[in-house]
Amino acid sequence: MPTIHVEGRPYEVPEGLNLLDACLSLGFDVPHFCWHPALGSVGACRQCAVKQFKDENDTKGVIVMACMTPARDGTRVSIADAEAAEFRRSVVEWLMLNHPHDCPVCDEGGECHLQDMTVMTGHDYRKTRLPKRTFRNQDLGPFVAHEMNRCIECYRCVRFYRDYAGGRDFGVFGAHDHVYFGRMESGALASEFSGNLVEVCPTGVFTDKTLHSHYARKWDLSTAPSVCVHCSLGCNTLPGERYGMLRRVRNRYHPDVNGYFLCDRGRYGYEFVNGERRLTLALARGEPVSPEAAVEEASRLLAAARGVVGIGSPRATLETLFALRELVGPERLCSGLAARDLEPLRRAMRGLSGAVPAASLADVRAADAALLLGGDPTGGAPMLALALRRSARVAPVARLASHVPAWNDAAVRQAIQRESGPLFVASTAPTRVDDIATARVVSAPADVARLGFAVARRLGAAGDEVRLHRDAHAFARDAAAALAAAERPVVVADAASGEAVVAAAAEVAEALAARGSGVRLALALPECDSAGLALAGGFPLEDALASLRSGEADTLVVAENDLFRRLPPALAEELLSLARGVIALDCVRTPTVERAHVALPAATFADGTGTLVSSEGRAQRSFAAMPPSGDARESWKWLARLAGDAGGGGRWETEDAVLDALSGLPGLAGARDAAPPASFRLVGMKVAREPHRYSGRTSMRADVDVKEGQPPADADSPLAFTMQGFQGFPPPPLVPRYWAGGWNSVQALLRYQVQAGGALRGGSPGIRLLDGGRSDGGSPSAEAGRFPVPEAFEPRRGEWLLVGAPAIFGSEELSSLSPSVASLAPRPYVGLSPEDAERAGLREGGRVRVGAGEASAELPLRLVPGLPRGVAIVPEGLRAMPAEVRPGGYARVEAAGEEAEPR
Amino acid sequence: MFALLRSMWEVFLHAFRKRATIPYPERVAFLPPRWRGRIILSRDPGGQERCVACYLCAVACPVDCISLQAAEDEDGRRYPEFFRINFSRCIFCGFCEEACPTCAIQLTPDFEMSEYHRPNLVYEKGDLLISGPGKYPDYDFWKVSGVAIRGKGKGEGVEERPPADPRGLMP
Ligand code: SF4
Ligand code: SF4
Ligand code: SF4
Ligand code: SF4
Ligand code: FES
Repeated sequence: MPTIHVEGRPYEVPEGLNLLDACLSLGFDVPHFCWHPALGSVGACRQCAVKQFKDENDTKGVIVMACMTPARDGTRVSIADAEAAEFRRSVVEWLMLNHPHDCPVCDEGGECHLQDMTVMTGHDYRKTRLPKRTFRNQDLGPFVAHEMNRCIECYRCVRFYRDYAGGRDFGVFGAHDHVYFGRMESGALASEFSGNLVEVCPTGVFTDKTLHSHYARKWDLSTAPSVCVHCSLGCNTLPGERYGMLRRVRNRYHPDVNGYFLCDRGRYGYEFVNGERRLTLALARGEPVSPEAAVEEASRLLAAARGVVGIGSPRATLETLFALRELVGPERLCSGLAARDLEPLRRAMRGLSGAVPAASLADVRAADAALLLGGDPTGGAPMLALALRRSARVAPVARLASHVPAWNDAAVRQAIQRESGPLFVASTAPTRVDDIATARVVSAPADVARLGFAVARRLGAAGDEVRLHRDAHAFARDAAAALAAAERPVVVADAASGEAVVAAAAEVAEALAARGSGVRLALALPECDSAGLALAGGFPLEDALASLRSGEADTLVVAENDLFRRLPPALAEELLSLARGVIALDCVRTPTVERAHVALPAATFADGTGTLVSSEGRAQRSFAAMPPSGDARESWKWLARLAGDAGGGGRWETEDAVLDALSGLPGLAGARDAAPPASFRLVGMKVAREPHRYSGRTSMRADVDVKEGQPPADADSPLAFTMQGFQGFPPPPLVPRYWAGGWNSVQALLRYQVQAGGALRGGSPGIRLLDGGRSDGGSPSAEAGRFPVPEAFEPRRGEWLLVGAPAIFGSEELSSLSPSVASLAPRPYVGLSPEDAERAGLREGGRVRVGAGEASAELPLRLVPGLPRGVAIVPEGLRAMPAEVRPGGYARVEAAGEEAEPR
Repeated sequence: MFALLRSMWEVFLHAFRKRATIPYPERVAFLPPRWRGRIILSRDPGGQERCVACYLCAVACPVDCISLQAAEDEDGRRYPEFFRINFSRCIFCGFCEEACPTCAIQLTPDFEMSEYHRPNLVYEKGDLLISGPGKYPDYDFWKVSGVAIRGKGKGEGVEERPPADPRGLMP
């Protein structure tokens, strides 16, 4: 490890850093703007100037940009040097020449990196009287507000948006002192990761537009460490509450999961918590009742029941699934998924706990080759797509390693140009990562699976050779070669693409592992606790229906599940009407809640505490940022009370008690240790959710009661709903905000990391559950039998295979209740390849009738170039989508109109 | 002994000094304009609310007795949707006035605000807002800020150049 001398004292630093990175990680305060741990250095802002000395006798030194200078062994620098300090002060003064007088009305204020750096460098007075340069702003859509006057030209935004996230509709314009960061013209930003501009931009140019409409400063937000509930990846978040309303969601850094970024669904999906469909009161036959009355009524239903089926959900926490299982008994636990969704999930879980370790997002970002099978991850697991973009740079950057350090972003980009990969994409429809693919094939799901099996067999998996079309054959050959040559390749698939595709992906990964490769398997699962649901067990919904039909059971307890999203409407209807009693628990009013005899209001991620298992098998605890709204509480608490009324004795009162109980289940033993227990104290205190500068404590409730009451107690977590408590650096699973002396902005995160952009002090939050299974139980996928290679897909005449395409905005249940997300949801459509449409005499935008069997619905037609013959795509899970159109089977697609009666 | 007599003499002399006690409330005391008494919210020279709901007074307040919620009106101006001061907690330190970047919140030389019921000391925006600019007759925050509002577009503020053309390449 090289030794560098800062202010005359020696320090050991890791290999291959720049001076800025090294000094910041050592704990020195070095002002900077353009350098970002995830984006590298470009030397654009000149703010990180330090003095570098030749040797110990050199007293004069030269000013260098710390971010552009390698931290080589023997480097001597001074940050405090008077000349360097004066240089940095002048740089801020220049940057401030045109800066508007906006802080009071700027949403960045109080967490502004520019404010911090201005204070840090000591600049305080604008001497010039020259008029300021101004800009007009653009409307960038529902997520990001634009205020260009505040720009300091650090280029972080374009570097993130274009170079990191692959966006094309945003860039830099102009020259000289009128450099403009924006789009060609006003319009919604097209990148699914645009919300990160809010955190990447060190100033108030890009701010959170949803926050603007109910604005609160960072110092006024009550925050807690949380986990995103809008897909299975388990990105870490920091939701913030004020006056009982959830105000925003920010990124919480997790080195192995989301790193510095979130997708826009995760950042903006939160509005459902405040939305009008939120359920905060208990209902009995649709009428609001007191919680006691509701529990009494529910207990009565349970006592009178001949048999009870508990219906779980992939978006319920582990605690809730366990409490449900205890209430109804393991043999009466239904997964809440239809067989066609449960089978791929089980298959995926088998793959993830097999011989190949599940890939974390960090593994994907670091992979030197990747194979993507099936659907586009952008829709169902967006950050996986961003991770793939990172992985596509790994090999090209590694080739430069001997002469260009990876942090030297401008040089690296110049050298690699558009080189990318190896990334092999075999998908069922065109994807958003096609632009970086080494090779790609678009074909029907069965053919994608065949292709996967072909790759696996080339890599040595047992079984006959799979016959492929000519271009697929070349693809399989090249993909197998690239994967075999890589050191840590990754195989990526989405469980929503079906069992065959998942099985193929697992087989490829296993074949690679058998060759000794450091391969990882990344399988996106449908929802935030799909993995937890699979571990908790449960039969498919069809079996629940059968037991109601047979009269074996007559009462349902539905935990956070809308059956109308899982089953065709007729079957959901039948299931609910066969039940004599339906007790539904949910955080929003779903059609199932509306049909329930008793509805109990459940807490959301923002006002409840719980554990979710991500698709990586990582159990992560998510803590409530605010006390429960209205009568809502965590579903497991309702279920424990019902169990108590039924004679079970109301066993668990607290989160820790339920965690202790559930860790007795196989595979879930580690879940308890995902975060410290509620009894955990730091210097005798709980961790404060409210920051030390929280304002309005003696005034915010004074209109109701002038006496300040006790803050709500929290028996379920080591966090407190007050500003009294530990305000320092708690262990990572308990970090409620990033704040450090002199660093009010998100850049304070530096002080929570061992190394900028690296590990957190105190380790990574969460416990990987599936790794444990692997060590004690061999390879379950082998004993479970191999999946047969499916027959090649044959297009049918007059009928198309309907393939579901999840949309990032609109397809996920909860986020689609967020107005900003909903405004970007696609309108329902059916997509055909232009060739198929022409053959069928259908036109773009024309109305077509899509139907299977009796059911049919009218939809506009969209032409999707590159779609395989005989395949039609429909967006999945949209609220506006007619229930008759369900992906997965074959359907007629014909021009709508009188003459087109069903044949 | 001598010291004792001197003290008695000095006390006796006070009987002839000018009286410091004023017979309040018959006579009203003169309080300088910078006296830190009852807090008001002022208006700008144009007669509109000065407060831009920046939350700085609230965070500066050592007893946390100010709370508000920001909102934006149809002219693009930030304003407080509600603004509350709990005077039963206020210590009249004047930190809020010092923190206020718009001269909106000001302390006045009025201290006559006793109440029998504590809740009556909770003042809402309607109780705080006065009709004039208070101690600072001229200051108008929106004229110097870079944010556009109705009636003041980009580049029309004080010391601003007209908006730059982002597509222009001329120096
Ligand atoms: S960007 Fe920062 S310095 Fe500039 S107006 Fe906003 S808060 Fe103030
Ligand atoms: S908009 Fe923000 S991120 Fe982009 S150059 Fe300006 S200050 Fe930097
Ligand atoms: S990728 Fe998934 S978990 Fe991550 S922020 Fe987006 S929706 Fe949330
Ligand atoms: S400091 Fe001034 S402008 Fe800001 S909220 Fe308080 S009164 Fe309003
Ligand atoms: S951070 Fe070094 S030049 Fe900008």
